Amino acid sequence: MAASSSLKNMALCLTGVCLVCSAILGGVYVLTQEPIARAEKANLQASLSQVIPDGYEISIEPVYREMDGARYECYNAAGAGENEVATAVKSTVNGFGGPLTVLVGVTSDGCVYAAKVLSHSETPGLGAKCSEAASHFVQQFSRFDPSQKSLKVKKDGGDIDAITASTITSRAYALAVENAVKLMKEDSYE
Amino acid sequence: MSKLGLITKGFIKENPTFVLVLGMCPTLATTTSAVNGLEMGLATMFVLILSNIVISLVAPIVPDKVHIPVYIVIIATFVTVLQLLMQAFVPEVYKTLGLFIPLIVVNCIVLGRAEAFANKNTVLDSALDGIGIGIGFTLSLTVIGIIREILGSGSVFGAKFIPGDGVLAFVMAPGAFLVLGYLMVLFNKFAKK
Repeated sequence: MAASSSLKNMALCLTGVCLVCSAILGGVYVLTQEPIARAEKANLQASLSQVIPDGYEISIEPVYREMDGARYECYNAAGAGENEVATAVKSTVNGFGGPLTVLVGVTSDGCVYAAKVLSHSETPGLGAKCSEAASHFVQQFSRFDPSQKSLKVKKDGGDIDAITASTITSRAYALAVENAVKLMKEDSYE
Repeated sequence: MSKLGLITKGFIKENPTFVLVLGMCPTLATTTSAVNGLEMGLATMFVLILSNIVISLVAPIVPDKVHIPVYIVIIATFVTVLQLLMQAFVPEVYKTLGLFIPLIVVNCIVLGRAEAFANKNTVLDSALDGIGIGIGFTLSLTVIGIIREILGSGSVFGAKFIPGDGVLAFVMAPGAFLVLGYLMVLFNKFAKK
């Protein structure tokens, strides 16, 4: 049944199969390129609208700011009023299981509007709760005013309730928010 | 074997998870919830059916000495196609399954069916075999996912019905082994006569 395993046959067969497969892949790649870009854009837009106040016009072109040698990806947004601006900062810190990236929306008065986890590798069921938008831990960062309260977990003398049994994750998350607030504060002095 | 038998043998008699014990890596890793298990099962089924069809078509012209590389290239092509399609049309699902989609390439079920079935049977039979084994795998993963989700988070398909946090261990790796082990025991006692 199978063709004989001569060198010519083997080379022909492998070449043929690889050619056909690469052609298929190339075709699918071209076809899906646009939908993938659109899906990524929609995803970013959805994340941004969760941390920026309603009614603000969000620019999805990233701008970069630097602080302490680290580069932060930021997205600006403008409200209807003259001084109504907000910025979403992509802030990455070391979590318990790896990098923890938090998108933090900071309004022009220096307050945190909301924060949301973009990617994490925290322990499922423990630290991973930092990505549940409805949890108390995440909610307490909404409309957070850093001039009134401290962005440290209670164990470190601050005002943030840590996630039970996940102090390191909570600390990292609070640090990510704090960095974003600091970044925007430094920026406004310039 | 009847055509219907080709499909149904994948459910119980040759169930890929509990009887053949193949593809344990995605089985253990992605069944943290019922939805994840179901999605992983469907993704594998897609690749399994298509690769079975194509491999049964090309088997007669592939020289014996290079059949494994040829099969792997075919399987990898379908997996990459699936990956691109998922990124484009169901980005949410792609995000949760992420790494385990490319790993379907080395899933023993897919290559196992190619070697054990598709390369010596007709196209129709191979397609039916792919459907049967695929459904069996999907059902197994969904059942494991349902049990882990009930015990671990107190919910089924995301609908919470037990308040509180549930037993954390069942969401993590040890729970996967425990549930799989007990299900295998039950399966062998009742289903495999």
